[in-house]
Amino acid sequence: MRRPVRVLIAKPGLDSHDRGAKVVARALRDAGMEVIYTGLHQTPEQIAETAVQEDVDVVGLSILSGAHNTLVPRVLDLLRQKGRGDVLVLVGGIIPEEDVPFLQEQGVAAVFGPGTSTEDIVRFITGRLRGQECRS
Amino acid sequence: MSLIDEIRHGNRRVLARAISIVEEGGEEGRQLIKEAFPHSGQAFVVGVTGAPGAGKSTLVGALTGHCRGQGLTVGVVAVDPTSPFTGGALLGDRLRMQEHALDEGVFIRSLATRGSLGGLSRATGDVVCLLDVAGFDVIFVETVGAGQAEVDIMRYAHTTLVLVTPGMGDEVQVFKAGIMEIGDVFAVNKADQEGADRLARELEAMLDLAGQRAWRPPVVLTVAREGTGVAELWRALVGHRDFARRSGLWEEKLRARAEAEVRGILTARLLEEAWRRGGERGLLPRLLEEVAGRRVDPYTAAALLADGLWGG
Repeated sequence: MRRPVRVLIAKPGLDSHDRGAKVVARALRDAGMEVIYTGLHQTPEQIAETAVQEDVDVVGLSILSGAHNTLVPRVLDLLRQKGRGDVLVLVGGIIPEEDVPFLQEQGVAAVFGPGTSTEDIVRFITGRLRGQECRS
Repeated sequence: MSLIDEIRHGNRRVLARAISIVEEGGEEGRQLIKEAFPHSGQAFVVGVTGAPGAGKSTLVGALTGHCRGQGLTVGVVAVDPTSPFTGGALLGDRLRMQEHALDEGVFIRSLATRGSLGGLSRATGDVVCLLDVAGFDVIFVETVGAGQAEVDIMRYAHTTLVLVTPGMGDEVQVFKAGIMEIGDVFAVNKADQEGADRLARELEAMLDLAGQRAWRPPVVLTVAREGTGVAELWRALVGHRDFARRSGLWEEKLRARAEAEVRGILTARLLEEAWRRGGERGLLPRLLEEVAGRRVDPYTAAALLADGLWGG
């Protein structure tokens, strides 16, 4: 049996709700993935360490607060420090168009705005992870 | 350095990877456990079970905090169900334990059941073995909490904690089949809610009625969210462990666990082999077709496939 894709859905920073993150978490579960959900107000340190302990393939960060330009690079940096620079990092929430190139330069694989369908996110993940089932 | 050596030296990334490998259940995982097994057997393994919403994760989080205060390191295995329809799973137990995410003395891993029944992942025993080898003093194993089919936890835990809460419908339901027998310690959680004292009294009465057993499970009132009763609960868990060690119950449990583990693995391997051989010879699809058409009964089909195990 092939290992299901493991995804961490996390909300860094001070956002006050997590409806969008939960919708995505449920959609990924329904697409056959194992989704670890850690709730609101996570620090970049908690997110990176959780990604390590849970041995995930994907980290999805949902940010509404506008602090993405500091939070996202910090998560990426910590993942690399912990030897998990290979993790596919996705960002969702409210991200202005002009910030997307910066985030991608930092190592974000894709940014999904408010209008994105969950099917697109599923398709993106399965497309990118195909052929790398055996990471070890 | 081998993976197991790295785990013993505290490499958390390698530990996490190794857990994934044993979860997959292939030859690589078997080799890992072969190497790890001689180093295991040090940790105190506590199983935690109870109905969904009883507060298992919150209580495990609180117990983890208490253990850390005593200088003990803690591993947590939290199991949630895999959807039988999609194969996916939402693993949310960690949410209630995230305050420990950055503690070097704590390692939390969420597992999906991946088609296994009984409230645990098939790989639970192997994951516990790896955490044990990594040197964690205490390992909490939190089951799915389906309610009545949680008996598997007894195989892996030295001490099993059963959570009940007031106001979850007919109290008698809680005490039905299995749950009463597997608890070494009971916690009445959410004890600040109405009906907790009555529930505790009923539970005590049921345990008294259960007759003379060497160990009479204690009942502890807790409010996990606030940490109330957690110190007392930990003392009760350790009390059971110490009693088991003094009385010979410990050795009995270890032998029962050995039997259950070997039996489980053997069952899976024999089934896999019978299925594989049946498939190779084309016998399996033919037989399934016959049974579906009600021309052959399922017992005869199974016997024919079992016959294929002998010889060659």
